[in-house]
Amino acid sequence: MSSTTKKSSFIKSIFQAPPFRWTKKLLGKIGFSGRGLVIAVPTIWLLVFFLIPFLVIAKISLSEALIARPPYSSLLEWDSDGLLQISLNFGNYYYLIDDALYIIAYLNSFKIATISTIFCLLIGYPIAYYIAKSPENKRNILLMLIILPFWTSFLLRVYSWIGFFKANGIINAALLNLGIISEPLIMLQTDFAVYVGIVYTYLPFMILPLYSNLVKLDDILLEASADLGGRPMISFFKITLPLSVPGIIAGSMLVLIPAVGEFVIPALLGGPDTLMIGRVLWDEFFSNRDWPVASAVSIIMLVVLILPVMWIQNKQNSNLGES
Amino acid sequence: MKYIKLLSAVAVFVASAAYAEENVVNIYNWSDYVAEDTIKNFEKSTGIKVVYDVFDSNELLESKMLSGSSGYDVVVPSFQFMARQIQAGVFLKIDKPLLTNYKNLDKNIMSILEGNDPGNAYGVPYMMFTTGIGYNIEKVKERISEDKIGSWDMIFDPETSSKLADCGITLLDAPTEIMAAALNYLGKDPTTENVEDLKAAMELTLSIRKNIRYFHSSQYINDLANGDICVSVGYSGDIFQARDRAAEAKQGVNVTYVIPKEGAQVGFDMMAIPDDAPHKENAHKFINYILEGKVAADISNYVFYANPNTAANEFVAKEVLNNPGIYPPEDVKKKLFALQPKSSRYDRTLTRAWTKIKTGQ
Repeated sequence: MSSTTKKSSFIKSIFQAPPFRWTKKLLGKIGFSGRGLVIAVPTIWLLVFFLIPFLVIAKISLSEALIARPPYSSLLEWDSDGLLQISLNFGNYYYLIDDALYIIAYLNSFKIATISTIFCLLIGYPIAYYIAKSPENKRNILLMLIILPFWTSFLLRVYSWIGFFKANGIINAALLNLGIISEPLIMLQTDFAVYVGIVYTYLPFMILPLYSNLVKLDDILLEASADLGGRPMISFFKITLPLSVPGIIAGSMLVLIPAVGEFVIPALLGGPDTLMIGRVLWDEFFSNRDWPVASAVSIIMLVVLILPVMWIQNKQNSNLGES
Repeated sequence: MKYIKLLSAVAVFVASAAYAEENVVNIYNWSDYVAEDTIKNFEKSTGIKVVYDVFDSNELLESKMLSGSSGYDVVVPSFQFMARQIQAGVFLKIDKPLLTNYKNLDKNIMSILEGNDPGNAYGVPYMMFTTGIGYNIEKVKERISEDKIGSWDMIFDPETSSKLADCGITLLDAPTEIMAAALNYLGKDPTTENVEDLKAAMELTLSIRKNIRYFHSSQYINDLANGDICVSVGYSGDIFQARDRAAEAKQGVNVTYVIPKEGAQVGFDMMAIPDDAPHKENAHKFINYILEGKVAADISNYVFYANPNTAANEFVAKEVLNNPGIYPPEDVKKKLFALQPKSSRYDRTLTRAWTKIKTGQ
């Protein structure tokens, strides 16, 4: 007891040393506290890399497309009398409601992302569970194996699937040689290939949060359940699964959100009829050169994605409050 | 005041040192569009280091131009896209006195190009291409009758294309070019902005949609060469490259290119200098180098695109010069048409129609 008080008083005395006191005073004068400084780093991060880009996109979404550089009108204009004119164009948002294409594309992206997330969960959960239950010295190697693919370029890994799936690719060649099929299967440029690509790419994002949740699970709970006559299946569904819900939610969000906006995987592996919002965005931006509508599409996507995340966050917080 | 002077002197010194050190030129050109040794030879003869990036769609290049500060010194948009980019004011006027080889350019072609680039102020033609059909000779002969081969029927006639569907038909992912081909097949003006005509072309393409394996603007080169697909609507030179790759691989795949008898699009890819190019002088040197007859001929011999260079003809290989798919004879030339830039409103309708064709939505 006495040693800890000594230690803490020692640390305290460091912070009361003149350089610290003066800095603190100085920062206090311009309205900073130590706590504020710590929070400032993530705040600035979010401001610079999230809020400001978001506002820029929001601004463009309210302008009009032009043949110019940059290819959109400016919202603020000084007219000849020195008056500041603000012109907002909500037509881009109206346009998105007017044509069913956009809604269908949003829904289809959501469908593909949701199904991929479910598959990631079904495949990722046993893997995460196995790693969490492995002896400690093995865990790091197993985790390493999960992270290892990240050392290769993402694009290259998606490309390699083309080699597997194409008509004279590895899978077809193997099946043909074994005599299982007589005509090559068409796998590339199908929704199937897109699902495989997304599940494969995002699986680590499911496994890692699940693992970090499951590894904290106290084995005593399972022992207690077994002592009370609970068979392994019952113990899993009554104890392990409910306790791992935060991991499931975190993993699912990490997979679902980027998968909805995915462009590269459907572009490389998907067929031309794989309609996802990323593709629509590309068309607006590149083929129509309509940056305002493209911005409106991405603003809507952000809003649609952020609302459920906020709802879940809220729910989790209130759950924490209860327990 | 003294400090400011000193500071600005230092700044000027640093800037000029950086400028002198950076004797490079940044090129943004189409993929598979230059001879193997063009860049190496240019570097050797001028001492300028080349940073060479490639793209496979005009749209991608255009958005880079419209965002500005792309960092490129020479870009190669197709003619109808360049026309619109000129309107947006993204290019520098070519300083013609710097181009000692400018006189080599074919006068007839230059006058055609003046239509959308008055005085040829901004663009220097790089290569010419046609958008036609490349196909696997044996596999197509097995499936359809002789008289259909070399006609747009291979694509747009539902009965004919359904016979070819199993071995794979691909289209360029380029709405302007495919819709122009469809309009031409229907006997309509391919340069039209008539929405009703576009609708008819869309319906036609939708009727053969189920026979199309995929839409892509560069993948078909390899796939055609490997025998993964049979028929591609593609750029002339790309298909000749597929032909050569197939011949090299010796897998029994024989590819050829045809300008369909109903006519096809002729296009020009133009060298232009972005107005914010960091190395404007080197950009001119590069363009001038390409305009040398021997250099242009070497590129044509390698990529199988015709060049607009009169001084090149003596260096172009006989089999390239006499190939009707590369240098079309006069009677074929009459059936070729060039695309014009369209209004933004029409382009939006076109993109929408294209999405409908690709996705059914």
